[in-house]
Amino acid sequence: MTAAADAPPTAALPKVRVDYLPMLLVPLLMLVALPLVGSVSTWVTLTVAALAMGMMIFLMASGLTLVFGLMDVLNFGHGVFISFGAYVSLIALGPLAGWVESDNLLLNIGVLLACILVAMLVTGGLGYAFERIVIRPVYGQHLKQILITMGGMIVAEQMIHVIWGASPIPLRLPEGLRGAIVIGDAAMEKYRVIAVVLGLTVFGIMHLVLNRTKIGLLIRAGVENAEMVEALGYRIRRLFVGVFVAGSALAGLGGVLWAFYRQTLTAGMGMEVNVLIFIVIIIGGLGSVGGCFIGALLVALVANYTGFLAPKLALGSSILLMVVILLWRPQGLYPVAKR
Amino acid sequence: MLPNNPIHSLLSGDYPRSRVLGALLFVVLICLAFAPFLFPGSQPLNVAAKICVFIILVASYDLLLGYTGIVSFAHTMFYGIGGYGVAIAMYNFSPSWTALGVGVIVALVLAILLALLIGLFSLRVRAIFFAMITLAVASAFAILASQLNEITGGEDGRSYRIPEMLRPAFRLFDEPVMGVMINGRILTYYLIFFSALLLFLLALRVVNSPFGRVLQAIRENDFRAEALGYRVVVYRSIANCLSAGMATLAGVLMALWLRYTGPDTTLSFAIMIDILLMVVIGGMGTLYGAVLGAAIFILAQNYLQVLMGQFSGMLESAGIPLLPGLFHADRWLLWLGILFVLSVYFFPVGIVGKLRQMRK
Amino acid sequence: MTDMLKLQGVHTHIGQYHILHGVDLAVPRGQLTMLLGRNGAGKTTTLRTIMGLWQASQGSVTFDGRDITKTPTPEIAQAGIAYVPENMGIFADLTVRENMILAARGGEIDAARLKWIFGLFPALEKFWSLAAGVLSGGQKQMLAIARAIVEPRELLLIDEPTKGLAPAIIMNMVQAFRELKSTGATILLVEQNFLAAKLLGDHVAVMDDGRVVHTGAMAELAEDTTLQQKLLGLSMDAHQ
Repeated sequence: MTAAADAPPTAALPKVRVDYLPMLLVPLLMLVALPLVGSVSTWVTLTVAALAMGMMIFLMASGLTLVFGLMDVLNFGHGVFISFGAYVSLIALGPLAGWVESDNLLLNIGVLLACILVAMLVTGGLGYAFERIVIRPVYGQHLKQILITMGGMIVAEQMIHVIWGASPIPLRLPEGLRGAIVIGDAAMEKYRVIAVVLGLTVFGIMHLVLNRTKIGLLIRAGVENAEMVEALGYRIRRLFVGVFVAGSALAGLGGVLWAFYRQTLTAGMGMEVNVLIFIVIIIGGLGSVGGCFIGALLVALVANYTGFLAPKLALGSSILLMVVILLWRPQGLYPVAKR
Repeated sequence: MLPNNPIHSLLSGDYPRSRVLGALLFVVLICLAFAPFLFPGSQPLNVAAKICVFIILVASYDLLLGYTGIVSFAHTMFYGIGGYGVAIAMYNFSPSWTALGVGVIVALVLAILLALLIGLFSLRVRAIFFAMITLAVASAFAILASQLNEITGGEDGRSYRIPEMLRPAFRLFDEPVMGVMINGRILTYYLIFFSALLLFLLALRVVNSPFGRVLQAIRENDFRAEALGYRVVVYRSIANCLSAGMATLAGVLMALWLRYTGPDTTLSFAIMIDILLMVVIGGMGTLYGAVLGAAIFILAQNYLQVLMGQFSGMLESAGIPLLPGLFHADRWLLWLGILFVLSVYFFPVGIVGKLRQMRK
Repeated sequence: MTDMLKLQGVHTHIGQYHILHGVDLAVPRGQLTMLLGRNGAGKTTTLRTIMGLWQASQGSVTFDGRDITKTPTPEIAQAGIAYVPENMGIFADLTVRENMILAARGGEIDAARLKWIFGLFPALEKFWSLAAGVLSGGQKQMLAIARAIVEPRELLLIDEPTKGLAPAIIMNMVQAFRELKSTGATILLVEQNFLAAKLLGDHVAVMDDGRVVHTGAMAELAEDTTLQQKLLGLSMDAHQ
């Protein structure tokens, strides 16, 4: 704020700094991995698997990072929506069992979409209830928030045991989505390709909503300075509830995809993936959707490559990645400008 | 009371400040001190030893949660490091006191270094980072421990022999004392009891020292504490290391008692939940809460859980749907979870807080 | 002459601290009222209390005849009060345009109005589609004020708009406020810069220690150096 900075209007336009460095990390990582993996076909398989995993993690994590950015609420129970989304798809799978085994690809995809729809509806509703009952009473109290949402998570996980039983449930992929597409030596599992497409579609929609609509504008503004949004005459609370519900529904969607990916349902799956999600949103910068996307891809790529090169270090690798990124940028890849 | 009174200095001037609380604490102390004589049999002694260990584990956790105001999910990791320190020393070397000593020291050093690293790394940015990062590190550690078969015994864990004096076959005297034969088991119990008592009094000393008061000032308002010139990160990191060290020692004691260390008895997330629950039920921010929380919780776990299972069986034979599932002994955690959420909402001061309020 | 805004015996606590000790303040319609006082006198807290960002624990705030003491912030804004906080409250990741659009209720900015604003602050037109974060301090301040007047509002609350700005920019700002005044806007302006205050204010209220200790015409205070000395502790060189 010096006189020199307030240049007369004739001066050149200030440069808009678009921060490309984090985006470059993804292709860079892929390139570095290629010689390490050694074989191109294995590398393609691993990379596609990683991209699919990254998309799913992104879907599950995006809601959490926005909720945190908007209201400073860290929901340790976010994994609940993932597990519930996955289990709830059983509701759709029951009556549509015929579609799963059908050799009609459209019906196969239809059953997947039906599962997703049911899961999103239920987890969205669950998110609404969770916000009202669990989170609202502890606004602004971080300590209690962490404890209560963690408690809510345990209760919900146990309720899954009560409703669906304690043993893992096998989940069959619809007929047409099994197997792999083989190009040359490289095999890409069909389902993973579908997951990538779905993930990219949702990311595209989110990007449009955030950048092209008034609601999106409000969300971005609210993440930066919620108080000022209120002072401009908008009710941030309503916005927050909306984002919370949408984030829960996305977690449900991610849960369905994740469950089909693993082809098993376990009550603890949400909790397990919760750890990865935390790593991802920390890497991305709490509150940043773009950072979350890149973080998810990075975590998935590193996990898949190390899973192949040194299987025992797979989860440790995510933490190592987080450490390295935080040493580079202590607030994550894209720190959100806060008051 | 006069400051130079021995009780005053033992308790570091931190009195129960409630007659009922004082009486309860006294009962717990007497019961634990004379457990082998008051409640003969292996099951009650098992419960008593577990209570002693958990008092330390919970008190050390309260040092973080209650006194410093930060949430860690890595407490079981440190507990596990203590357990595995003993296990690896006893199993791979010899069941001797020297090996035990080396194991304990290595575990302590490792735990404190790890705590320091996590602390310096995540407490610097935001306190909320700490909760997330400890969760991530702890789950990675748990997976690592179950995968490194050659060192840790993997999922099966390790059973081992402990120094001869502590084994059940060892007899201190030829004759029973007050009707009880003083064997290695009872010696181990007293080793645990006195270690726990000592550690607890030390913790009491810490929280009532000037250092402890700064911690509480930081908990109330970290900006203000920083403005007053206290390096918040440094204080929090020290608290984190102290807490980790104590948890490690609790793990050591448990490993001596069980003569077994595995992922389920040390690193599982269920234990983390138990600790959280004990802290909240007993009362955050008061070490006496750890005593009551641990005692009540472990008694309930050992005696109520069985009742719950029987109740579920009754419901099932009566042909009632869904309810048997809710009360199945495996759903113990469901009720704990509900209890936990409700206590955080409606009962944040815990038993100790309530007792102290009643007095006023 | 009626009062647009009236504070009566307002007490505000922030946490354990008692900041406002019974503030009485009236802001007359269509005029510019200066709120002066030393650092920590409670000026910012007064504005934030009016805006509902902090709750008054006692007393009342009346806006245009309506009691808004307990009204939530968004409703106060909708009732017609625009607020420019001390830190400007610019959304750095949003473009200048997006910042302005958020302030327009209907989602669209009236073209004639925008032209007028560009006349006041030409830099905004130039940087229209750039992220607000790249603007200089003075430009950010202009954006913050432009955002508050993107549509006509009943009352503007502006907290230290000249803080940290170079003298040339301050004069630009003063000019803009003059123009704004001529449209009949009601303004409550917190200011540390006495020179700017002297040039702009119709009325003045001086705060000290969480109370209003003097009210009157700005011109009177501008003449009376002893009073200035007493109220503001101004030394002579502050007039330069």
